[in-house]
Amino acid sequence: MARMKFICDAERCIECNGCVTACKNEHEVPWGVNRRRVVTLNDGVPGEKSISVACMHCSDAPCMAVCPVNCFYRTDEGVVLHDKDVCIGCGYCSYACPFGAPQFPSKGTFGVRGKMDKCTFCAGGPEVNGSQSEFEKYGRNRLAEGKLPACAEMCSTKALIAGDGDVVADILRNRVLRRGKGAEVWGWGTAYGSKQAGQPPAAVEGAKS
Amino acid sequence: MKTIFMALAVVAMLTACGEKPQANSAGKHDVAPYGGTGKAFVDSGWKESDKLSWQSHLKARTQYGQNDHGRTN
Repeated sequence: MARMKFICDAERCIECNGCVTACKNEHEVPWGVNRRRVVTLNDGVPGEKSISVACMHCSDAPCMAVCPVNCFYRTDEGVVLHDKDVCIGCGYCSYACPFGAPQFPSKGTFGVRGKMDKCTFCAGGPEVNGSQSEFEKYGRNRLAEGKLPACAEMCSTKALIAGDGDVVADILRNRVLRRGKGAEVWGWGTAYGSKQAGQPPAAVEGAKS
Repeated sequence: MKTIFMALAVVAMLTACGEKPQANSAGKHDVAPYGGTGKAFVDSGWKESDKLSWQSHLKARTQYGQNDHGRTN
């Protein structure tokens, strides 16, 4: 199995915030903490684009590199998780992350930063799978239940896809080719290699999505 | 008496040395997700503790649930 990955199709995202709601509901995330949010570019202008953003579970995660107490770890499935019993809430990861994924609850009297909280790819954390303590600290462990992240499964337009990286890439590649696009799409060669990048759009039959 | 007092003082001073180890345990307690949760609220169609079964189940779920081209064509 390849690494678990998210991808958001900007051509499909309609900024409904269903993914944000699904995440908050599934994990009972408190006010002020948003593990996932929808970012819109050129909001209100015709042609605006939205994408749903959360922790991207980087292969070479900068949060993991800067953490002074080394509370991060990566599972065999490529999910970047952290141990809240080790986290000291310093916030370095927040500055290092290019996606703004690390969140800090501030329910203390003086607005003291609490332990970092972020998207877990619905994989829980370093507690017994499915236990109450795991749910309270990290949220539900849907992967251990044989399910995929709630945000992606709830996405009404299927803009947000989550799962095994190879399968996710196949789904998105199929969509892009059906739109009549291919090698000219930015990052195509990096994502799919030169073999696919060299194929003309006419080689693929089917209507646009 | 003095000896006992000294011994108590030494014990008091060495109390800090008896703290629990604070070694970094990040991730050491995490268990692979294919082990399941052992609870009823689990998707059916795969066998707990069987890694290959879990992987193929998730791949099928991704295709079925998120690939609308696959479902409509």
